[in-house]
Amino acid sequence: MADAALSVRIQQGFQEEVDETKLLDCMKCGFCLPACPTYVETKNEMHSPRGRISIMKAVREGDIPFDDSVEEALDLCLGCRACEPACPAGVEYGSLLESARNVISREKNPTIKERAVKHTAFEHLFKDQWKMNSLVGSIRVYQRSGMKSIVDKLQLTRVLPEILSELESVMPEIQKRQYTAQSQNSSKRNFKVAFLSGCLMNTVFSKTNDSTILLMERLGCEVVEPKGQACCGALHGHSGELESAKENAKRNIDLFLEEEVDFIVNNAGGCGAFLSEYDHLLKDDPNYKELAEEFSNKIIDISSLLSKLDLFNYTLKTKNQEQYVLTYQDSCHLRNVNRVFEEPRDILKSVHGAEYVEMKDADQCCGSAGVYNLVNDEMSMKILDRKMTHVEDTQAQIVITSNPGCLLQMKLGIKRAGLENEMKALHIVDFINDYLEIQI
Amino acid sequence: MKRIVGKENVQTSNAAKISYSFDATAGFQHSPDVIISPENAEQIQAIVKVCHENKIPIVPRGSGTNLAAGTTPNEGGVVLLFNHLDKILELDEENLTITVQPGVITQEVIEYVENKDLFYPPDPSSKKISTIGGNVNENSGGLRGLKYGVTKDYVLGVKAVLSNGEILHTGGKLAKDVAGYDLTNLLVGSEGTLAIITEITLKLLPKPTYKKTILTMFDSLELAGDAVSQIISKKIIPTTLEFMDQGTVRVVEEFNKIGLPTDCEAILLIEQDGSEETVREEMKAISNICSQVGATEIHEAEDEYQAEQLRTARRDALSALARLRPTTILEDATVPRSKIAEMVREINRISDKYDVMIQTFGHAGDGNLHPTCLTDLRNEKEMERVEHALDEIFQASIDLGGTITGEHGVGEMKAPYLEWKVGKTGIDLMKNIKQAIDPHNILNPGKIFAKSTKKRVVVNNG
Ligand SMILES: Cc1cc2nc3c(=O)[nH]c(=O)nc-3n(C[C@H](O)[C@H](O)[C@H](O)COP(=O)(O)OP(=O)(O)OC[C@H]3O[C@@H](n4cnc5c(N)ncnc54)[C@H](O)[C@@H]3O)c2cc1C
Ligand code: SF4
Ligand code: SF4
Repeated sequence: MADAALSVRIQQGFQEEVDETKLLDCMKCGFCLPACPTYVETKNEMHSPRGRISIMKAVREGDIPFDDSVEEALDLCLGCRACEPACPAGVEYGSLLESARNVISREKNPTIKERAVKHTAFEHLFKDQWKMNSLVGSIRVYQRSGMKSIVDKLQLTRVLPEILSELESVMPEIQKRQYTAQSQNSSKRNFKVAFLSGCLMNTVFSKTNDSTILLMERLGCEVVEPKGQACCGALHGHSGELESAKENAKRNIDLFLEEEVDFIVNNAGGCGAFLSEYDHLLKDDPNYKELAEEFSNKIIDISSLLSKLDLFNYTLKTKNQEQYVLTYQDSCHLRNVNRVFEEPRDILKSVHGAEYVEMKDADQCCGSAGVYNLVNDEMSMKILDRKMTHVEDTQAQIVITSNPGCLLQMKLGIKRAGLENEMKALHIVDFINDYLEIQI
Repeated sequence: MKRIVGKENVQTSNAAKISYSFDATAGFQHSPDVIISPENAEQIQAIVKVCHENKIPIVPRGSGTNLAAGTTPNEGGVVLLFNHLDKILELDEENLTITVQPGVITQEVIEYVENKDLFYPPDPSSKKISTIGGNVNENSGGLRGLKYGVTKDYVLGVKAVLSNGEILHTGGKLAKDVAGYDLTNLLVGSEGTLAIITEITLKLLPKPTYKKTILTMFDSLELAGDAVSQIISKKIIPTTLEFMDQGTVRVVEEFNKIGLPTDCEAILLIEQDGSEETVREEMKAISNICSQVGATEIHEAEDEYQAEQLRTARRDALSALARLRPTTILEDATVPRSKIAEMVREINRISDKYDVMIQTFGHAGDGNLHPTCLTDLRNEKEMERVEHALDEIFQASIDLGGTITGEHGVGEMKAPYLEWKVGKTGIDLMKNIKQAIDPHNILNPGKIFAKSTKKRVVVNNG
C-alpha cells in the first residue's frame, strides 16, 4: 500500500499540475473506448481513457487516495494517445497523463524494477548521444557473448523480465554509424534539412540512419547532422521525468536553430511527436517559448518529407522484379500526435512489384510503447499477440514500421508467432533503400 | 461473490470503483461497492439470489453510455457487467432473427447481419460502443428511426433473471404472439429496474438494395423545421432526417474536417433507401420540397464513403459540442413531428430568456430534438439558470403534446420530471408494477422513480 503522506503529496501535486479544465473536457461519452488497446484487451473501464481521466480527477479532488490500484491504472496506459484522434470533444489526454506521471514520479520512489529500467535507460543510455555511442562500443563487445552479460554488468538480472532475453534475440547486430552527411552544393538542391538522429536509431538501428541520409541526399536535399544532439526527451517525458526532458529539449533547440534549415527531419515516430511538442513542453519558459515554437514547426518525419520530395513521381520498383506483399503498422505517435498515416501508405502503395494489404487495426498500438514492454511485459505481450493475428491475416512478407520501438516489437512478435521464415519487419527507409530501385 | 464468479471477476479497488461510478450523464456520480463480471446466466442467478436475500442493490451496466444517469450506482451495491456475455449466439436466416447475449456491441450485430445481406435498423449514434442490452433497456433510437422505428420494434423475445433469481422467457422467434400480457415489451425500456436480461432475440429485415444521401442547408432553423414537416406531409418517409444547428455544425466540422458548411444556420441530413427507382424519385421530390421551402444549397453525397462521413459527423455531434464548455447537459425533448419548427423556436426563446448557451441537433424526422446546454457545473449562478431553462424546455415540449424523453430514458436524471408526463395515475401504476416484480427494490434502485416530483414551472412567455 502506498502511504498516506505520499497520497497527500500526490493529491497536492495533481491540484497544482493536472489541469482541471482539461479533465472536465471529458464528457464520458466513451467514444474513445474502441480505440484504446488496454480497454480492448481488458474490457475494464479502469483501463480506458475515460476511466483513467476520472481516476486522475478523483485523486485530484481527494475522493480516493493515491493507492496501488490508481498506480496500476495509470501505469498500464501505453501512452499511445490513440484516444485523442478518437475523441470528438478534443480531450488532451496525452498532456493530462504526462502531468500526472510527472507528479507521481517526482513524489514517489519508483519500484525497484522501474528504477532499474529507467536508470539504465535514462542515465546510461539516453542522457546524450556521446554516452550512447560510447556504450555502443561496449555493447558490441558484449553482444558477442550475449545481451545477458550487459544486463549482468548493469546489475539488472534480478529485476528485468523474461522479455529482455526475448528482445535480445531479435536485436540487430549493433553497428557504429558508417555514413555521415556530405556537405554538398548540388544545384538540384530541394531543401536544406537537419537530421535528428535519435539515440536508439543512431545505435541499435544505425544502418537505418545511414540509409535515411543517403535517401534524402539522393532526392536532392542538403543534409546537416548537428553534433552533440541530445535524446529528444520522449522517454523521459513519458515516464514522468519532465525536468530532464526539458533540458534535452533546450539543448536541441539551441543546436538545431543555429542551422538555417527548412526542416528538421527524424525517422522515429516516437521522437518526432515529442519534438513537435517542444512548444508545449516549454510553454512556460519565457526564454524558450518562441524558439520552441519555431523548432516544433520545422519538425517533419521522413515519410512526409519523402512525399514533399515527390517520391511517388519517380518510379519505385522492387529490385530484381521480386514480388512482395506488404503491410504497415502505424507508429502510434506518428499517427495520433502528428496525424501522419497516409504518407507512408501512399509510398508503399506506389511500389511496382509489391502488393499493399492494409492490416486490421493497424492504427492500434503494438504494445511496445517506450519502455512499457519492459515494465508491463504481461499486458504488452497480450497486445502484441493479438496484433500478430492481424498481421498474419494479411499474409504479408514484410511488415513496415516507422519507429524503432515498433520495429523491435514487430520482430519480437514475428518470432513469438513462429513466422520467422515467412515474414520480416523493416523500417520504411530500409525497405526503400534495400529492396527498391528508384528511377530518378 | 468470489465463490460464484471467481476472484478475477470481482473488483473492489478504489480505481475500479471510480471507473464505474459514472455514465455519459453530466453531474451524476456515485461509487459502487463491488463490480462483478459474471460468465453466464447461472452465475447471474446466483448473484441475484445473494443480493435478494441481503437486499443489496444491483445496477446492470452495458457500456455506460446512457444519458439519463441510468447506471450511476447511487445507492452503492453491485455493478453487474456483461463483458463476458458478449457473443452472437445464433443467426436464423429462415426466420430472419438473430439471438445475442446482452453485452454484444450494437455495431458488431449490424455488421454481422449486413454481411449476410440482412438488416438490423436501430443504430444509436453510440452504436460502436453501446451494447444490445443497453439498447433494449433504454429502447434506443437512432438515425434510421423515422422509417424503421426504434429498438422495441425489433425485440421478439428475451431471457431474463428476475429479482428473486427465477428465470423468465418471453416471446420467441415469432412474428405473432398474443399469449397473455406482452412481457417482452414491458422489459424493453425498463432501464434495468425490472429484470436482468441475459439473452435477446431480435428481428431482422432484408438489407435495402439502394440508398442515397443528401445534405441541405437553410438560413434559419424554422425553415429547416418547415422542410421536415412538409416532407412528411407529402407522405414521404425518409430513412434519415437529421438536424444540426450552426453551432453544432461548427464544432463537428472542427473535429471531422470534411468541409461541412459552417456559415448556414441549419442543415438537414436526409437519406432514403429501398429500390433504386423509388429512391431516386423520392429524393427528387424531397430536394424539390427543400428548394421550395428555401434551402440555400443541396448537396448530394458522391458515394457511400462520403455518405458515411456525413453520418459519422452527425453521430459525433454531442461529444463534439463538449468542446465548447466544461459541462454538457443534453436534453431529449420530443414533440409530434408537425411541431418541430415550433419547438425549435421555443428552445431559442428559452435560451435567450435565461442567457444560457444551447445548441440543438437531433432526429428531426422523429420530432426528437437534443437541445444541449453547454455550461460549467462549477458556476452555481449559471447552473441555476440552466436548471430553469431545462425545466421550461420540458414544459414546452409537454405543452406541444410531446414528452420529456424520446429515447434516452428517465434514469436518475429525469425521475423528478416523470410525473409531468405520465401523471399521478401513470406513476402509481408504474410503481405497482415495479413493486410486484421487484418487491425489495434491489434492481437499479433510485432510477425512474424520484423521491419527490419537481414543481412545475409556470411558463411565462412575456
Ligand atoms: C455520444 C452519444 C450518442 C448517443 N446517441 C444515441 C442515439 O442516437 N439514440 C439513442 O437512443 N441513444 C443514444 N445515446 C444513449 C446511449 O448510448 C443509449 O442509451 C444506449 O442504448 C446505452 O447502451 P449501453 O450499452 O451504454 O448501456 P448502459 O448505459 O450501460 O445502460 C443503459 C441502461 O440499460 C440497463 N442495462 C444494460 N444492460 C442490461 C441488461 N443486460 N439487463 C438489464 N438492464 C441492463 C442499465 O441498467 C441502464 O439502465 C447516445 C449516447 C452517447 C454518449
Ligand atoms: S471520447 Fe473523449 S470525451 Fe468521450 S469519453 Fe473518451 S476522452 Fe472523454
Ligand atoms: S494513451 Fe493509449 S492506452 Fe492510454 S488511455 Fe489512451 S488509448 Fe488507452
